[in-house]
Amino acid sequence: MNLWNKLMCYSRRHSPWLFHMNGGSCNGCDIELIASLSPRYDAEQLGVRLEGSPRHADILCVTGPITHNATNAIKTVYGQVCGPKAVVAIGSCPATTNVFIDSRTLEGPLDKHIPVDVFVPGCPPRPDAIILGIAKAAEILAERAGKKLPVEPVLMQLVGPGCGGACACGATKEIKTEEEVQP
Amino acid sequence: MNSMTTSLARLLIFPGLLFAVPAAWFFLWVERKAVARMQGRVGPPFMQPFFDFIKLLGKSTPPRNGIAGLLMKAWPLIAVSAAAGAVGLLPVLPASGGFQGDLILLLALLEVPSMCIIAAGFSSGSIFGEIGSAREAVLSVSYNVVFLLAILSVAASQHTFSLEALAQLPASPLRWLGVIAILICLPAKLHLNPFSLPNAEQEIYSGPMTEYAGPELAMWELSHGLEWVAATGLVATLAAPAVTLWWVGVLIFIAFSFAIVLLLSVVASATARLQIDTTVRFYWQCTLIFAVLAVAAALFMRLRA
Repeated sequence: MNLWNKLMCYSRRHSPWLFHMNGGSCNGCDIELIASLSPRYDAEQLGVRLEGSPRHADILCVTGPITHNATNAIKTVYGQVCGPKAVVAIGSCPATTNVFIDSRTLEGPLDKHIPVDVFVPGCPPRPDAIILGIAKAAEILAERAGKKLPVEPVLMQLVGPGCGGACACGATKEIKTEEEVQP
Repeated sequence: MNSMTTSLARLLIFPGLLFAVPAAWFFLWVERKAVARMQGRVGPPFMQPFFDFIKLLGKSTPPRNGIAGLLMKAWPLIAVSAAAGAVGLLPVLPASGGFQGDLILLLALLEVPSMCIIAAGFSSGSIFGEIGSAREAVLSVSYNVVFLLAILSVAASQHTFSLEALAQLPASPLRWLGVIAILICLPAKLHLNPFSLPNAEQEIYSGPMTEYAGPELAMWELSHGLEWVAATGLVATLAAPAVTLWWVGVLIFIAFSFAIVLLLSVVASATARLQIDTTVRFYWQCTLIFAVLAVAAALFMRLRA
């Protein structure tokens, strides 16, 4: 690997631009994604920038269980993101369709339609878990492009620290039952 | 031959490309960092615009066919070369071979990137690009009247169109009026926040840039940075005091440019985006009177002298 490739690899890892796509989400994961750019978490330190156009983006962030209406839009937007690109599925919905499983309005989960690189489980996931997922996706993106591998995604399971509880992600947050709360 | 070499050196080394490109990245970083600090964040690392540029160079672009595709590739290159030429004209070093009328050439070159943005939005065929281009066109018609009148008042009060002479002459109170009028126009010229209408995110995606990707987008970022350098450099040239030592002059020039970038970024982060009709009304109703008064005063003073 010569110097130019090294520099390119480093730059790709340090400048992930996001495009945020809502696939029928309840808005919970969307506000957590925005919260990860807010003063408290400040993902811009890693060079993250939320872009308005999918043409500018490197990483496509998808939230929601992928409704019937959203499938074609997601495929179009995935095609509009220019390579090398990566996909992060934010929340439990795009991974498993979560509590909406077996609904006849859904076409999920997400990896039935487009290749997904990183899953960030949680309902919603915490902003630091989202930032971790984005950093991981940027790493995958840089490695894949540097080694001239085909655009064949690596599946990556990330467990976010804690989540709301109303999901099947298996996170270990203790929820007190009614008997425990009442004296 | 000698003047040819100096002009080439000015265009390519200082204050041209070799100085201007890192300065453009630096100013882009200062802008983002200042906005982040104002919002209570840490902000991007120092090399961020450089990394963004390199990364964009390594991305693929969608296939573009026909004349429109060719034009879409050409616009960012024209914008970068015009902005670089504008930076090359700035009289940072004394006796660097300016000519009578180079102020007019500088203004023309400063206008080219915004023309390219308008054309790029329309040739991209995206509806968001077209809305952005229309907004940019309306905005440039509004602020350019004030901008040009302000420059005219400065030039008329000092009786010269040569940048070098303007930089050497002592500043009159009228020149300060002109400088303030130019400063009011700069946020619109650089698409900064109270007037960031053409590239309004959350509203029209990225405006004229919506369809651009990869190296072409990198060229747009670079031309935006070079516009920063040229526009702040113009104000620094008009506002900075003339000194005899050349390196002190260069340092003062850089310090003034930096201060202006900081000022504009702070204003950008402290304000919200105005509507297009409010913006146009602001320039035509409030600022235009100010600029016309400056020109009238300049001409009156010359008649008396």
